[in-house]
Amino acid sequence: MMQAVLWSVLKLLIVLTFILLNAMLLIWLERKVSAWIQLRLGPMRVGRPQGWAQSIADVLKLLFKEDIVPSRVDKVLFVLGPIIAFMPALMVWAVIPFGPNFVSADLNIGVLYIAAIGSIGLMSIFTGGWGSNNKWSLISAMRSAAQLFSYEVPLVLALIGVVMLAGSLSLTDIIRAQQETAWYILYQPLGFLVFLIAGIAEVNRTPFDLSEAESELVAGWHVEYSGLRWAMYFLAEYGNLLALSALAATLFLGGWTAPFGLDFIPPFVWFLLKTYLFVFVAMWIRWTFPRVRIDQLMDLSWKFLIPVALLNIALTGIGITIFS
Amino acid sequence: MRELTSAKQELHREEMVINMGPQHPSTHGVLRAVVTLEGETVRGVDPVIGYLHRCFEKICEQKTWTQVIPYTDRTDYVAALTNELAYVLAVEKLMGLEVPERAQYIRVIMAELQRIASHLLWFGTFGNDLGAFTPFLYAFRERETLIDIFEKTTGARLTYNYIRLGGVRNDLPADFERETLAFLEKLEKGLEEYHNLLIGNAIFEYRTKGLGVLTAEQAVAWGASGPTLRASGVAWDLRKSEPYLVYDRFDFEVPVGQKGDIYDRCICRMKEMEESAKIVRQALEGLPEGDVVGKVPRVIKPPQGQAYAAVEAPRGELGCFVVSDGGIKPYRVKWRSPCFVHLQLLDVIARGELVADFIANIGSIDIILGEVDR
Repeated sequence: MMQAVLWSVLKLLIVLTFILLNAMLLIWLERKVSAWIQLRLGPMRVGRPQGWAQSIADVLKLLFKEDIVPSRVDKVLFVLGPIIAFMPALMVWAVIPFGPNFVSADLNIGVLYIAAIGSIGLMSIFTGGWGSNNKWSLISAMRSAAQLFSYEVPLVLALIGVVMLAGSLSLTDIIRAQQETAWYILYQPLGFLVFLIAGIAEVNRTPFDLSEAESELVAGWHVEYSGLRWAMYFLAEYGNLLALSALAATLFLGGWTAPFGLDFIPPFVWFLLKTYLFVFVAMWIRWTFPRVRIDQLMDLSWKFLIPVALLNIALTGIGITIFS
Repeated sequence: MRELTSAKQELHREEMVINMGPQHPSTHGVLRAVVTLEGETVRGVDPVIGYLHRCFEKICEQKTWTQVIPYTDRTDYVAALTNELAYVLAVEKLMGLEVPERAQYIRVIMAELQRIASHLLWFGTFGNDLGAFTPFLYAFRERETLIDIFEKTTGARLTYNYIRLGGVRNDLPADFERETLAFLEKLEKGLEEYHNLLIGNAIFEYRTKGLGVLTAEQAVAWGASGPTLRASGVAWDLRKSEPYLVYDRFDFEVPVGQKGDIYDRCICRMKEMEESAKIVRQALEGLPEGDVVGKVPRVIKPPQGQAYAAVEAPRGELGCFVVSDGGIKPYRVKWRSPCFVHLQLLDVIARGELVADFIANIGSIDIILGEVDR
């Protein structure tokens, strides 16, 4: 009994460290990828080679900054915002399998749990944006409320196709099912497309970064944030991106399973590779696309993604009836 | 039904007045726009200017005729050479100075290269306004080559002080032609790349087509000029309609839009770069030998009188009106800035559209606050 408790605590600690380290790595990676796309070098000085220590330096700097809470803000909401932001980014990882026997909590309703946790992210932006008592933040908060609400629907609908194929809501089972047949990206190309678009909108990245929209809303909901609180939002953004990528890798690319019989590479490495593939795609999209407008964003969700996701569910259903 | 209507009446509505700028990422310098918003919809725009006022016109009255030239550089700092040209042409008109043909050709070449440099910068910042940061750095890659050419020729990268009364400061450097032609080739590739990266993107079209529409009548009534006017379908280009320098000797098109929306303004500017490249090629081919400065008196003392000269600057008609009392200093220098005119259009084109379109509109009329405030 004692051993089991210790083991789960240890697993949690490992997961926590993993996310924080990866979020920092992602920040560095984003700088390098964007620099590569934009014909620049990116960070080169702090830590050689390739400025690997830049994120560490940044976090240290942000830690030592003055903690400013502007006098006219709603203090409770203002303080609560960044904390709520970080929570779902961590909680999603509880159910994601890193390897055959490595999952913090193999919930039998894993997919449902993720869909529920994902919605909390909206709260953080809304609390922060409303609590800041700033006009830019207010517009941003309203935008993100509309955006996240609209994209939650196609995201979950896209997951349903996968769940139908695997016949289970548990992520471990979904991976096992893919091991037996093939990666679900082959069976669910439409679902994957919807998932990718809605997912990018869900983590607020260009072309859907309307709540941040630096050229319109200065910085959106975190206009008034600085220092560590801002860093929490920033880390949460990358934590969310990582979680989404891990989810995509798990649901559509077979998670930790090795393709083409390349079993000698450990499952954990495969999981990371697939996750980072999505991270790279998201960065690629971010640094090449312009931003859409708020009404176009809504149109895209309600008039395109949701019908396509519904069609996907219907097709999946027909496919299952015919082939089984 | 009755309950619904009463609920609708009770709903509290309020317009929000928001200060966009003078510190804002997309106001291109120090413009402050007081925007009235209803939700996300723009209900009114009130541009507030003057944050970059440096008493340019008054300072000109304290300087000798030659000393004014470097000051003109500082008005539209993105296209400094065209500013010099407008002022110098006005003074030359007043004095009746003869300018050697070679100098005129060099002026044309430099002015057209300057137009390309200015439009490249516009392209980059416009992408930025739409939330695409990468095109900015691509445009600056090409612009950098051009700025290097300017530096070799004039000695400066931004404020050149190159065009002088009666000619230009110095002849072109030895390898100018080779480097410029190489640049033009690079630009061609660059323009294609910009198209693939931004202009041809579906999101770009969604964000620009049919928005910020300025009809031809409106454009003329408000005194718009340059690409902002031409995008509305009015083929008015001073280089064609009132040729100055030797522009009548070159074969080039004036790109004209149809709808006068943001997209047309963008396409006009992109095409203008190609046309400018054409002019530069022709001018380099026909570049005559000879002096680069004509006969200019040691002390510049234009006769009593006044003169107005206008050039087709990258942003529109840039006019300079000078008055002389016969002394060594101008009595009055008046600057007709296209940006100042276009800035007033903001309310006309952005009203009723969304905040995001407002930003795109600011970008599409390509204002330089240094020129608005002077």
